[in-house]
Amino acid sequence: MSETEKIIDNIKNKFTQDILNTEVKSKRRATITIPGSALIKMADFLYSDMNFRFITASALESGKGFEIYYHFSNDKTGLVFNIHVVLPKNKPEIESLTCLFEAASWIEREMHEILGINFLNHPNLEKLISEGNWAEGVYPYRKEQQ
Amino acid sequence: MLKLGFKSYIFKKSLWLFHFGGASCNNCDIEILDCLTPRYDVERFGMLLVGSVRHADVLLISGSINQKDKVRLLEIYKQAPKPILVVAIGACSCTGGIFAEGNVFAGPVDKIIPVDAYIPGCPPKPEAILAGIFKLLKKK
Amino acid sequence: MSKPTIIPIGPYHPLQAEPELFKLYCDGEIVKDVKWETGYNHRGIEKLSESKTFDQVFFLVERICGICSTSHPFAFANCMEEIVNVEIPDRAKYIRSIIGELERIHSHLLWAGLAGHFLGYNTVFMWVWKYREPVLDLFEIITGNRNSYAMFKIGGVRRDIPNNLVPTIQKNLDALKHKLDLLIGVVMDDPVIHARTKGVGVLTKQDIINFAAVGPTARASGVAIDVRQDDPYAAYPLVNWKVITAEEGDVFAKVAVRLLEMYESVSIIEQCLEGLKKEKEGDIEVKVKNVPEGMGTGRAEAPRGEVFHFVTTDGGYSPVRHKVRAPSYTNISTFKKSCVGQTISDATISLAAVDPCYCCTERMAMVYDYYNKKPILSGKDMIKLSQQKTEELKKKL
Ligand code: SF4
Repeated sequence: MSETEKIIDNIKNKFTQDILNTEVKSKRRATITIPGSALIKMADFLYSDMNFRFITASALESGKGFEIYYHFSNDKTGLVFNIHVVLPKNKPEIESLTCLFEAASWIEREMHEILGINFLNHPNLEKLISEGNWAEGVYPYRKEQQ
Repeated sequence: MLKLGFKSYIFKKSLWLFHFGGASCNNCDIEILDCLTPRYDVERFGMLLVGSVRHADVLLISGSINQKDKVRLLEIYKQAPKPILVVAIGACSCTGGIFAEGNVFAGPVDKIIPVDAYIPGCPPKPEAILAGIFKLLKKK
Repeated sequence: MSKPTIIPIGPYHPLQAEPELFKLYCDGEIVKDVKWETGYNHRGIEKLSESKTFDQVFFLVERICGICSTSHPFAFANCMEEIVNVEIPDRAKYIRSIIGELERIHSHLLWAGLAGHFLGYNTVFMWVWKYREPVLDLFEIITGNRNSYAMFKIGGVRRDIPNNLVPTIQKNLDALKHKLDLLIGVVMDDPVIHARTKGVGVLTKQDIINFAAVGPTARASGVAIDVRQDDPYAAYPLVNWKVITAEEGDVFAKVAVRLLEMYESVSIIEQCLEGLKKEKEGDIEVKVKNVPEGMGTGRAEAPRGEVFHFVTTDGGYSPVRHKVRAPSYTNISTFKKSCVGQTISDATISLAAVDPCYCCTERMAMVYDYYNKKPILSGKDMIKLSQQKTEELKKKL
């Protein structure tokens, strides 16, 4: 059993009820889909107990709504582990990860600006890049804007 | 009224350069800085990169200009002592280059302020930058 | 409470997609807080990428940052190859690694020169940039351009390095090694540089983990992360090299890590050149007909740390979503830790130690008096402050 499988099993055992879908693409790439409510728990487990490093998060709009991939890296095995959450289109809202690590702050502000996703309990959801570039309430990465 | 030949009189001696970087990829900026280093050494022609546009004879602009930069660029142009020579360096500032279709692009430099010389290239070599500035001087 | 003075540094900071304006909140000489404002360099690259075909995206990502103009295509290529699921020929792997490592050398030299400039050693600046020129010449010989090489494509590289070029490259590298010896001797033994950089801008291991810093910034604090080793790609698993780390986490450690890394890079290139000789000339790509639907993540180690690309595709010709994370995006937030509590003259070098970019302090930096909004110090003056401190130290020693 490879190191990666062990890690995934470990996570699966811990969060059996929360996991909606697992996809292990290769030895070093895996994605787990969870509901937004389980995000903090899972991120905390990865970050504090398994020593994963937070890389960044990517948000996109698709038919399902707003999707966010939180990318974590395990530097010992080279595993890139994605937590995938889907948010409803009419009310894109999710807990902020800034309570766990500082690194999530900027990227959440950016996602807030480009797609209008709301991060609850973010200490400072100010504009990061849009100030002077585009108006408030315009979300250039949303499909309707194209 | 300006006397004829006023400009050529002003730009006869050492030119001081001010560098304004817009939303660039940095390559053009490095190549401008490269002009100062031993291999190219523009300082031997009396050119000097200065920290404030108020002291400058030439305004070098690199990088594409986004909405936010546009305001700054206009402000800097306003502060500059006139007459000033404006040189657009790199594809980005000449035309917008690869970023011309971007959602925050505010137009090539010549749509915002008058430009005296264009130095195309992505990035232009230091030799090209030097050649561009000299051509400009001859024209004046 | 005394009124804080705000010192903006920036706003132009072209290293990543969005440059920042740093505002140092100062009480007298001491920096109390750092805030930033970004958006000056936003070009909407992620958005633009969605309107370009996969082949064009390479030219676009190359222009995210001019200094790491290979790292972004590198990561994007890794990402696309993961989606398409191809293995590139060994010759292409070697060529990719050679370009990547040459870029690391040129970037670290560039940084060393600027750090010297900030410390008031303009001689270092001039000499180091002179040493950098032969590296750029090599690039010109191999790729045809000094920066922005356009070497990468899905499934391989665009241009071969013919075997008869190998001796030329080797000769240039030998000359470079000699210069590196000189440079390292000068920097590592200089008492003034020690005095200016040791114990300045310290980041602990915990800070690194909290801010998710990467690259030399992390390695100088004893966190041995390097994508080349952790998630091997291109020719890195085929050659021998080691990850350089230091424990102290101060500016000096960052200087040391960067300088020593250049030796590793030279050695990697030499081994790649050996490997290149064994492979058949011209075998540099596999043809990729179409890109299936899917999602991929690609990483590459840029001179400043890990570059991360995330792409989703729908079977068409261009990405559906393309997310780019440049290393400075996380490294820059460490300023909050490394600058606070220091004097303004040390802040310059602490900022520079992360290797964000030189332009930020040179272009528009000014010290503002918060209440009447009049500039008191320009960027030049800030560097001068830092340089003065070096002068004083020199006299003392
Ligand atoms: S012209 Fe090319 S090299 Fe210059 S800033 Fe634009 S993209 Fe970069």
